[in-house]
Amino acid sequence: MLSSYLTLAAILFCIGLYGTLAKRNAIIVLLSLELMLNAVNLNLIAFSKYGAIPSLTGQLFSIFTITVAAAEAAIAVAILIALFRARGTVLVDAFNRMRR
Amino acid sequence: MFNVNITGEYVVFFIFATIIIGGAVLMISLEKVVHMVISMAAAFLGLAGMYVLLDAEFVAFVQVLIYAGAVSILMIFGIMMTKHNGEAAEPVKPLHETLAVIGALCLFGLLFYAIRASDFQSTAAFHPGEDNTLAIGELLFTGYIVPFELLSILLTVAFIGAIALAKKEAE
Repeated sequence: MLSSYLTLAAILFCIGLYGTLAKRNAIIVLLSLELMLNAVNLNLIAFSKYGAIPSLTGQLFSIFTITVAAAEAAIAVAILIALFRARGTVLVDAFNRMRR
Repeated sequence: MFNVNITGEYVVFFIFATIIIGGAVLMISLEKVVHMVISMAAAFLGLAGMYVLLDAEFVAFVQVLIYAGAVSILMIFGIMMTKHNGEAAEPVKPLHETLAVIGALCLFGLLFYAIRASDFQSTAAFHPGEDNTLAIGELLFTGYIVPFELLSILLTVAFIGAIALAKKEAE
């Protein structure tokens, strides 16, 4: 049963990785990042039930991850709004001033 | 390899997995940005159901509150605050997209091989405690009090920073 959960988490992580790499809209990139974080959470909770030493610590760590992810989402949306004010777009390939 | 007994847990797992992967794939493939966020919320709710299946009720409700509630609404706010003409821009670089697909598939192949090759054996049964929330609270406020306080400081700093970033410059 554990390997089913791990496979599901791997699928989710790879979908998130693809979205992060290939999407041009910054909000969708952020959503894909959240998807990857959720895949990690699923792994933590699956190991907390089916791992070698089952304990509640995995669930606790996933709560920590959720908290950090919430802070990350708030900061990211704030940066996105500031960037939109400065550049007038949310497409990630428009944010290339430091490359020039 | 796939010698899985068809039990009740497996059936429920399959239903939730369908919801989650369907939501995630729809998020990748839909046209409009708001629809993408809604399908993502469906995937988050499916993950919450999966957590209930894994005896993590408290984390499941945190997931519904934080992800399906707060993060989705925050993303919709982000869409509303920035100008979108409704359509997500199509990728114009086919080479870039192909490389992303190849990278993601390679990573999945690697992970799948590692999962299949590993021998997971559980020595003890999982005891989620009489009351899952009570057990997590006791663990959080006894063993993990320092990370908890650090996280509260991180959240405070992050939200003050978000307000400072998004505040309009007085010019």
